[in-house]
Amino acid sequence: MKAGTKFALGAVLIIGSVGYLMASGIKQTGQYFLTPSELAQHVSTDPSFYDLGLKVGARVVRGTVSKDVASQTLSFHITDGTVNYPVVFKGLPPDTFTDSVEVVVEGRLQRDGVIHATNVLAKCGSRYEAVPKA
Amino acid sequence: MPLLGTLALWLAFLVGLWGAITGFVGGAQGRADLQQSARHATLALLAALAIAVISLEIAIFRHDFSVAYVAGRTSRNLPTFYLWSALYSGQEGSLLFWAAVLSLFAVLAQVLTSRRHRAFLPYVAGVTSLVATFFIGVMLFAPANPFTRLPFTPLDGSGMNPQLQNPGMVFHPPMLYLGYISITIPFAFAIAALLTKKLDTEWMVAVRKWTIVSWLFLSIGLLIGMWWAYVELGWGGYWAWDPVENAALLPWLVMTAFLHSVMVQEKRGMLKKWNLALILGAWVLSIFGTFLTRSGVIASVHSFTESPVGYYFLAFLVAAVAACTVLYVTRLPLLEAEATLESILSREASFLFNNLLLIGLAFSVLWGTLFPIISEAVKGVKITYGVPTFNFVNIPLGLVLLLVTGIGPLIAWRRASTANLKRQFALPVTAGVFALLIFLVAGMRDVGALLAFSFGAFVLGTVFQEFARGARARHRQYGEPTWLAVFQLLSRNRRRYGGYIVHIGIVLLFMGFAGMAFKTETEATLRPGETAELRGRDGHLYSFTHLGISQYNTLNRYVTAALLEVKRDGKAIGRLRTEKRQHVDALGNKTFEPSTEVGIMSGLRVDLYVVLAGLVNGTEQAVFRFTINPLVWWVWFGGFVLVIGGLIVLWPGGPATGGTTPPRSQAGYAVKLEPAQ
Ligand code: HEM
Repeated sequence: MKAGTKFALGAVLIIGSVGYLMASGIKQTGQYFLTPSELAQHVSTDPSFYDLGLKVGARVVRGTVSKDVASQTLSFHITDGTVNYPVVFKGLPPDTFTDSVEVVVEGRLQRDGVIHATNVLAKCGSRYEAVPKA
Repeated sequence: MPLLGTLALWLAFLVGLWGAITGFVGGAQGRADLQQSARHATLALLAALAIAVISLEIAIFRHDFSVAYVAGRTSRNLPTFYLWSALYSGQEGSLLFWAAVLSLFAVLAQVLTSRRHRAFLPYVAGVTSLVATFFIGVMLFAPANPFTRLPFTPLDGSGMNPQLQNPGMVFHPPMLYLGYISITIPFAFAIAALLTKKLDTEWMVAVRKWTIVSWLFLSIGLLIGMWWAYVELGWGGYWAWDPVENAALLPWLVMTAFLHSVMVQEKRGMLKKWNLALILGAWVLSIFGTFLTRSGVIASVHSFTESPVGYYFLAFLVAAVAACTVLYVTRLPLLEAEATLESILSREASFLFNNLLLIGLAFSVLWGTLFPIISEAVKGVKITYGVPTFNFVNIPLGLVLLLVTGIGPLIAWRRASTANLKRQFALPVTAGVFALLIFLVAGMRDVGALLAFSFGAFVLGTVFQEFARGARARHRQYGEPTWLAVFQLLSRNRRRYGGYIVHIGIVLLFMGFAGMAFKTETEATLRPGETAELRGRDGHLYSFTHLGISQYNTLNRYVTAALLEVKRDGKAIGRLRTEKRQHVDALGNKTFEPSTEVGIMSGLRVDLYVVLAGLVNGTEQAVFRFTINPLVWWVWFGGFVLVIGGLIVLWPGGPATGGTTPPRSQAGYAVKLEPAQ
């Protein structure tokens, strides 16, 4: 076999594994990123969306945040204007978390209609600029 | 001052246009007067932009809040140290900073380039002026003018985001920018070479130095950024595959690939097309990164707010890619290889695999960064490509890259004989297997970490062997003692041994990354006097005793600080302090949300990392998160070694090629005389 051919085989092997890793990586670890409305719509047509790891991007509903510092439980509602979901999160919220901030909630929607979050990310407008006073 | 600044920007814009026109036209028509004028234009551009930068700094230091940029990013009580960094902490200012630094590099490129490469300089001036003019144009027309005035003058500014009030933040963006911006110089040389059709190996020499410069700045910027994320953001890690981090990593990967594949061109006259494409690609990626972070296209914790500036960048990007592609394609016939691959067991082949892996990594990072957009466009649903996905793909690729880092330098050019392979690999392979066995016996079962440690030992073995053989040869030949022989090796063959030191840095970085597989974490609510315990994977039991809370004001913030006594296996090893900071303006009103100051006790084996999450109902009972991060110190140390290695490679003077190996140009020549079958 010529060196060029051998190299081509090696190259195909590498490129193939990169492609394979990316495809199976997404299958195994990728998550849906939905708005509350999209989530509601998916759940109503396909119950497998219950208890599925996903991310929901929405805004915290003002006045719904309750923190229990001792048990480190945070509960609040999120909304995209039309659909509203309650969220329960056990853990420490990020510094930028406030009521009315935009959040990305990572977790599972349970049959009780509550999103049990494993992680909450608060989106601050910018790393560099002040969070606009809402 | 704001008026002067705006005037300077307009002046810079016109001068930049002039430089671009005279550079290209002067180069094309060979008119010395225009070429001279283009060179002068780069100087004038630097002067005008320097005036703009100084005007902005003066406005910042004078607290001139009639300027929107100053009012939006600083306040009267902002510590002086951070006033400096306000220059580049917002969209408009950072555009100015970009343009100014680019003009500085443009002048350096004109001044420092040796006479041999004179023919490229008018085009280099043209390209740099054009790119700078684009940035200035964005400021003037987008508009994103840092000197825009408010209709009224507020009493105080709204202050700087507390996460930016950290020493890392003062150095991290400029370093990253320096890396990013300086890529324009090798790019400009590549364009100049394409335009002049001087596509021999010569231009590569000019480009290589500049590529190492920007590679080095980018490396430093990435490392400081990781450090900033680690000490400031408080989530316990240093790399989150955030789009902004990825945007800086992409050109770094491509430039690392280039630094290796260019050696194949120098020695064997191969890969000319590929090398040019890498340089053009690295630059396009740097502009793409700037676009990503400014357009709000991709959500990131770091991004600037959405703004029309993004469209300008997109248009510029499309135009630049189109122009580069046309130019590149028309010159392809001039870029034929002078030799072919002779054996798969050769240095060239190992470099090819090195490049495939680095570009594969770059591709997967790019794909992952864009995946949310792609999946939404194709499938109608956004699917995230999160940290687990990135790790799933990139850890295996990274491990193979680490392995190849050991293999490449051991294999001979053209064709390696079996005897050669045995001689070269015996010791390093033994080292790798030995390390694997030790860690297995020690009870480590994480496959990724096991591979990282044993590949790492293998690479260290190869580097050690190279140094030992080189030093022994010198010892025999010149009777030098070992330390002198090693020093001479380094100083006479900086490129080669500097490269090996960079590789040691990479090994140490990988060790540090692997350590993250063993992090342990717990959260606890403690009253003063109470203790939380956490066992690290280093086998020790760490205990943290809450000593109490203190509250006070300082500078521009209210601080709530918790003090903890730390013990390892019952023996006191020191105290840790972690804070919650509430930033306030000069009148004592709260600005921003409270921020966390992490308490870190760093050691060779583990870092103890403590975050104060809050107080329970205002009492001294406090909630903490304790993390034990193994081997993080080695990430910083590995980064340091990498930078030192890069500096050795770059250090000017002395023989460019080693005393022991034949000059590269000569080696390349030998190939020409002996055409491949
Ligand atoms: C992320 C990984 C890597 C980084 C950051 C890195 C960095 C570097 C740098 C900066 C140099 C000096 C280049 C110059 O002076 O032009 C170098 C040299 C070198 N690298 Fe790498 N490298 C990496 C991986 C690899 C891999 C996978 C290989 C395998 C083929 C490799 C093989 C070499 C060789 C053979 C040299 C040159 C030594 C000489 O001049 O004889 N490197 N490397």
